[in-house]
Amino acid sequence: MSAHENAQEGYDFAHPLPLPLLAGTFLVLTLLTVLTVAQASFNFGSLDVLIVMVIATIKAVLVGAIFMHLAWDKPFNIICFIGSFVFVGLFIMATLFDSRQTAKDDIPVTDDAVVSAPAEL
Amino acid sequence: MSAGSVPSGYEVNDPGYPTPQENYLTNSKGILSWAFTLDHKRIGMMYLIGVTSAFLLGGLLALGIRLHLFAPDGILFNNALFQWLAPDKAPNDIYNQVFTLHGAIMVFLFIIPSVPAALGNFLVPVMLGAKDVAFPRLNLSSFYLWVGGALFFVMALLASGLDTGWTFYTPYSTTTDSSVILATTGAFVLGFSSIFTGLNFIVTINTMRPPGMTWFRMPLFLWATYSTSIIQVLATPVLGITLLLLIAERTLHIGIFDPEYNGDPVTFQHFFWFYSHPAVYIMILPAFGIISELISVHSHKRIFGYRFIAYSSIAIALLSFIVWGHHMFTSGMSPITTIIFSALTFTVSVPSAIKVFNWVATMFKGSISLTTPMVYAIAFIFLFTIGGLTGLHLGTLATDMHLHDTYFVVAHFHYVMVGGTVVAFLGGVFHWWPKMVGKMYSEAGGLLSAALVFIGFNLTFLPQFILGSRGMPRRYATYDPEFAPLHQMSTYGALILGVGLFVALFVLLMSLYNGKKAPANPWGGATLEWNCTSPPPFYNFERPPVVGDPYEFGDIRWDTELDRYVKVEPQRERVPLETPAETPAHASE
Amino acid sequence: MATTDAGLASDAHEQPGHGHSDHGHGDHDHPSYLAHHFDTPEQQFDSGKLGMWLFLVTEVLFFSGMFCAYAIFRAWRPEVFEGCSQFLNTKLGAINTGVLLFSSFTMAWGVRCAQKEQHKLLTVMLATTLSCATVFLGVKAIEYSHKWHLGLLPAGLFSYDPSNPHPVGGPNYLAYICAPFVAITIGVAIWLVVSFLRGAKFQLECAKPLLVVCLCFFVGVGLGTILESGGEEGHHEDDHAVVASTDGAAPEHGEAHSHADGDEHAEHEEPAAEAVASLPAAGAMSNDSADLAVLERLATDATNTGLQDELAARKAQSERSSGGILYDVSDDASATVASAPENVLRPSRAGVFFSIYYCMTGIHAIHILAGIGVLVWLLVRSIRMDFNRNYFGPVDYVGLYWHIVDMIWIYLFPLMYLIR
Repeated sequence: MSAHENAQEGYDFAHPLPLPLLAGTFLVLTLLTVLTVAQASFNFGSLDVLIVMVIATIKAVLVGAIFMHLAWDKPFNIICFIGSFVFVGLFIMATLFDSRQTAKDDIPVTDDAVVSAPAEL
Repeated sequence: MSAGSVPSGYEVNDPGYPTPQENYLTNSKGILSWAFTLDHKRIGMMYLIGVTSAFLLGGLLALGIRLHLFAPDGILFNNALFQWLAPDKAPNDIYNQVFTLHGAIMVFLFIIPSVPAALGNFLVPVMLGAKDVAFPRLNLSSFYLWVGGALFFVMALLASGLDTGWTFYTPYSTTTDSSVILATTGAFVLGFSSIFTGLNFIVTINTMRPPGMTWFRMPLFLWATYSTSIIQVLATPVLGITLLLLIAERTLHIGIFDPEYNGDPVTFQHFFWFYSHPAVYIMILPAFGIISELISVHSHKRIFGYRFIAYSSIAIALLSFIVWGHHMFTSGMSPITTIIFSALTFTVSVPSAIKVFNWVATMFKGSISLTTPMVYAIAFIFLFTIGGLTGLHLGTLATDMHLHDTYFVVAHFHYVMVGGTVVAFLGGVFHWWPKMVGKMYSEAGGLLSAALVFIGFNLTFLPQFILGSRGMPRRYATYDPEFAPLHQMSTYGALILGVGLFVALFVLLMSLYNGKKAPANPWGGATLEWNCTSPPPFYNFERPPVVGDPYEFGDIRWDTELDRYVKVEPQRERVPLETPAETPAHASE
Repeated sequence: MATTDAGLASDAHEQPGHGHSDHGHGDHDHPSYLAHHFDTPEQQFDSGKLGMWLFLVTEVLFFSGMFCAYAIFRAWRPEVFEGCSQFLNTKLGAINTGVLLFSSFTMAWGVRCAQKEQHKLLTVMLATTLSCATVFLGVKAIEYSHKWHLGLLPAGLFSYDPSNPHPVGGPNYLAYICAPFVAITIGVAIWLVVSFLRGAKFQLECAKPLLVVCLCFFVGVGLGTILESGGEEGHHEDDHAVVASTDGAAPEHGEAHSHADGDEHAEHEEPAAEAVASLPAAGAMSNDSADLAVLERLATDATNTGLQDELAARKAQSERSSGGILYDVSDDASATVASAPENVLRPSRAGVFFSIYYCMTGIHAIHILAGIGVLVWLLVRSIRMDFNRNYFGPVDYVGLYWHIVDMIWIYLFPLMYLIR
């Protein structure tokens, strides 16, 4: 809102973040990248997807909170951004749910040649 | 004067701004001053002209469909003239293309931008008491994106037509020879136009409210526009990616939607309806907003249940995202999903019904003037109620199995889209026309158009409910002779509806030549747009408007001497402003 | 989408020199950077920022469609995704992740510079961000051209041939991708020289960092080439290892695993994808490939049904021997068509993975390009010293956009490259 009592010169609404914080965030992000690459060489079975997604989400939260200064932003902006993921979740989960239900109806493509075979006639 | 503490730009004598004798139509001249304008009112007017042209084109296509269906074997596209025009096309192919383009043009080019982009652009900042929308240049670019999208559709029409239906369902849309790519590119571009409009309105309403304009002092039209904008921002990008993937499917065969490459067509329908069901509410929610204004102003009575109407708009916007599956009951979704979506669909009827009850309650014991806008608004309530209630038949799983893809569906959504949105749009245009152009139209002509539209519309679409429930499938170019009488009724109705719409257009255009000058407040409305002159000045308000209750009609009286509404000294205490310290500072200047 | 961002950002502030900012500005309360319809710079900043966040919301939902497609197809055929993911070079993906993270860091630093009015440093930060962006694209160019060369394309164009994984000839895709960048680099270099000769100081200041940015694309290409070739060798070693193991285990491979659905997972890990490529049995077909060609030609005659049958039989045989089709040899009564494991390298299976890969990374790359566009615009403005502590909005908004592009890559990288 426009309602703000301000002095002639300074509308100080800028919040510069300290450099060590930014650098530290970058460092942590890099370490997490190394970690996620490293974990790929182990087999955690079905937990695999979960682990990489958790690491990716931690990274995304760091980028969002610090680089995008969401941690210091207006609540409405935060609600907008987080809200979008709610709708993404809704969309993907409902569609995936239905797709899983009907996946068994799959009719195999019979005339689909394996690529090593000569071209179809 | 301390910088920033005072809303600036309102100074009448400021050399940078036009004098108050000028209005937004006259403050600068020449075609370029319109083409590059950043003024939301001019952009709104350009949108109004644009969507009206699209409506005209789509309407002519609709008349073509109805005329063809006059006889069981068709009479229009198989006659000599059409055979001479397009010798290589079968009559039924022409029919397919005509109904597809009718649907696509009406949905993407007319209904979606009609109320939000045309009326919304004009009204949102004025009703809010702001000078402009937050991003004027984005606003202009969204208009040109609309023009670009429209050109793509015209190109598709001229190239090889489009015969997929407006829904572009795969696998047909990946195999047909018609210009799917041109049309989907057009829809993609129009999607961005729609996103930018919505984004602009959300930001405008959030950050541009003047002191005193709190959320609950906003007119309900703004609440409706705000809800619409939420949907536009959240749903339209999904349409964008869906159409992009469809284009990739046609060009590169990516195999996501195309069963030939192991893709899944049902996935396309999920993607498509995740946008297109909320899009239905993009079409109807702003109409709700118009009706809330019209009913209240022309009943001269405070709107009943202000907060309920406001919240129900937001509720509809959010609920619209969880019901898309009801378009796909017969598409091969899993049974459990269909049951969930059917159950969720009924939730939407609650906030919709709340609105209807509140409108009726507002009219109750009101001092109703049966002006043209009011007659349209009453027609809206009648038609929308039929449209909404028949939606319940279609949301019910068992009945939908029978009614799906029949004329019942066609009649249902026309009752909502035409009986709802178009009627509300016409009512809104008649209501705000004096504000937009500064001229009063012929009241008798307006009432005639409303009567013709109402009669013609019902005659067109009531028979289609019967046709559908008797099993007449939609999108067919021919039908069994037993359906002929009802189809013929429908065609006569369409002609009457067409005449009614032309009368409306004629009445409005004639007012430009011989209409008498409109006063600032011709209807006795209390919202801010009636505080500025008709038409409004370039910066909307010569003085910062005093924000009061948008539905307080107690201090607005008809003055028989002046022959217009005047504001009388309020009997009540004026509600204190949100930041009282500021406005006096400016007033003293 | 470049216009989108530029539009948003420029709407928020009305560029100097345009329209209303020159007129009537004797007045007190409207600095040149404040658009006429805003009251305070803070209102302007908040509006722009909210607008940008809403735009990011649309971006998130835009990408959600592709993530949804990914989820559906991965849940449907996990083995295809595991097999095909082996074709993506993790090293290149990881390097690109690091480059993007670093560019995000410099961008965030740049926003800080704009807020603190450190004009020189802001220019440096923006140039660094841009350079990282072009390095990213350079690496991507290597990745794409390599895959196109192998025929690892979307479903309809998929032409990867495991028996001939490194086709000779074909267009030089890398050259095609690099051509526009070469042209732009030469253009910027000429601009630099001309502005130097004409003594146009401001233009020179702009051209210098931009030339560095352009050259960074080729750094990326070089980096990609080195890592890709290194990766290739690694791949080959893997191949051989796989061959060795499958050679030994071939018989039981066919029997032990081919019955149950649950085993599909194990069946089609890494080896399955690569095994087809190098199983010795595949040679059986190519030995008499000359005969086959003749047969094929004869069989194209529709009347020659006998030959067609023979050819079909041969085909089936060679597929079987190459592991392309695994017949269910168990006596389990539950064995059906559906439960028979299928080869992951069918175009309709593997092709869909690569379709999704190209769609997601391609649209991400388009976003990078759009980001480069707006960053160049910022760079010029920062050299012009347009930004101050009351007016740093455009830097902040572009920064937000740049971070979301980074954020999307943060998810894309493990989902595409790290499937095991």
